[in-house]
Amino acid sequence: MLTQTEISKIEHELQHVPVRKAAVIEALKIVQEQRRWVSDENVEDIAALLGMSADEVDSVATFYNLIFRQPVGRHVILVCDSISCWVMGYENIRKTLMELLQIKYGQTTPDGRFTLLPNPCLGTCDHAPALMVDQDLYRDLNEKNIGEILDKYE
Amino acid sequence: MEAPLTSDIQPGLSLDLRAYEALGGYQALRKALQQMTPQEVTALIKESNLRGRGGAGFSTGMKWSFVPMNVKGPKYLIANADEMEPGTFKDRWLLEGNPHQLIEGMILSAYAIQANISFVFLRWAYKEAAVVIRKALSEAYAAGYLGNNILGKDFSLEMHLHTGVGRYMCGEETALLNSLEGKRAVPRAKPPFPQISGLFGHPTIVNNVETLSFIPHIVNKGAAWFQSLSRTGDGGTKIYGVSGRVNKPGAWELPMGVTMRELLEDYAGGMQNGYRFRGALPGGASTDFLTSDHLDTPMDFTAVAAAGSRLGTGTMVVLDDQTCPVGFVHNLEHFFAQESCGFCTPCREGLPWTEKILYALEQGHGTEEDLVQLEMHTHLLGPGNTFCALAPGAMEPLQSALKYFREDFEQHVHEKKCPYGNHTH
Repeated sequence: MLTQTEISKIEHELQHVPVRKAAVIEALKIVQEQRRWVSDENVEDIAALLGMSADEVDSVATFYNLIFRQPVGRHVILVCDSISCWVMGYENIRKTLMELLQIKYGQTTPDGRFTLLPNPCLGTCDHAPALMVDQDLYRDLNEKNIGEILDKYE
Repeated sequence: MEAPLTSDIQPGLSLDLRAYEALGGYQALRKALQQMTPQEVTALIKESNLRGRGGAGFSTGMKWSFVPMNVKGPKYLIANADEMEPGTFKDRWLLEGNPHQLIEGMILSAYAIQANISFVFLRWAYKEAAVVIRKALSEAYAAGYLGNNILGKDFSLEMHLHTGVGRYMCGEETALLNSLEGKRAVPRAKPPFPQISGLFGHPTIVNNVETLSFIPHIVNKGAAWFQSLSRTGDGGTKIYGVSGRVNKPGAWELPMGVTMRELLEDYAGGMQNGYRFRGALPGGASTDFLTSDHLDTPMDFTAVAAAGSRLGTGTMVVLDDQTCPVGFVHNLEHFFAQESCGFCTPCREGLPWTEKILYALEQGHGTEEDLVQLEMHTHLLGPGNTFCALAPGAMEPLQSALKYFREDFEQHVHEKKCPYGNHTH
């Protein structure tokens, strides 16, 4: 069941759009903000609230790579794998992350602390290689400062 | 040398309303609302020869002039801030550094087409920009620059920030509209063009952040001034960028038409020690390679096109002599295959195929036939065969790599390995 907070935030978004369906991406974002991911039950609840079928909501949810339809860790690491970062040797960053966390892309550490994902260009190519952890951008990376970055997140 | 878009931006800081006003901000809005008709604003922008800075380079004034002026119902103005072209980092600078310049540009543009609702479509990753824009929007509302009867005139505009949830496709104008409507970001058939039938079926203009940020300056200083900033027929300054193995990667606002050589040597500080220049994508991932033969090409829409590529976003990605061109293109095609929306068959099927062939070449499993297949794909996925510009854009670096770096492709086949061997995928 959606919480009252989630419902009122979604209702607020409905003021800006002429049809209820148009708020579905906002609704998915709101739910994910509260729960870190969007479950099947959440999809059905959003569908009921916006007058859509659950499949319709899911077709939107699964299209966008930053809506998570599986549980993720407390922190999500997005590693830029696009061209400028690749030229500047991002593979060493990827390798270091995988060694330190003992997981591959798409996986979550057993303690639920980190999920590791590749991400297209983060738009900071003059400071490649780059990655994001949750809201935070890290640039001009080298293998040596990765451990330090991870230590900031509980 | 004038740099109207960026000379007021301090590194690491964002201009708030008071600072922006102290620098003359919102004077263009006063001028337009008090002295100019919407048609006069459009005519001025047309005369300035401002061309869209998102990649396509279409005349901004011309685009606006297609919006019907005497229709009932809402019209929309949208800032495309979904900067996601790999190798591109120019709009981030404007969004984080001077949000009111964009907002004023949007209000003026909305006035020109008589739109009453506007959105900033911002990509997910630009967290700092989201904070800055939210604050700027509330300042602009509080000061009466947004809302009902702006500056006491008969013009009202609401403006909202929409933050995306990923996908390169959202930068495509019609896919962006679908996404704003809460749908999958797949492209729409054109015609009808968004200027006639866009967001929720109403007339809509979508312009790039850099394009919109120019509008207040042109309204203040005129079309002739804007033209005079440029070295060539394409008006204005341009934000250029360079990334890759150069000494000082970065972005600079320079007169339109500086050469590739000036960018590389005078601004980016030349190649890093031990690396030599082999080629560059002049304007992001979906532009054709240019090589050392093209270094004296002026970086404007016309000259870069004549050299066989596109100015695109104007942010250059450099290929050095120690990076494998096949691996470089593989990285690009991986991106495009992943970001294809899957809506039309050539793109959905063809891009993963090219990615797999390039991977096979890199692994030493490539054959002569693979090179023929790659060549064929550059035609099959070229302009006119797909629903939008994603696949044709993806073919630009591939077709030019096959042309300029042919010997590298051949070497992968004959030696049954990547001769560079220093990058994994």
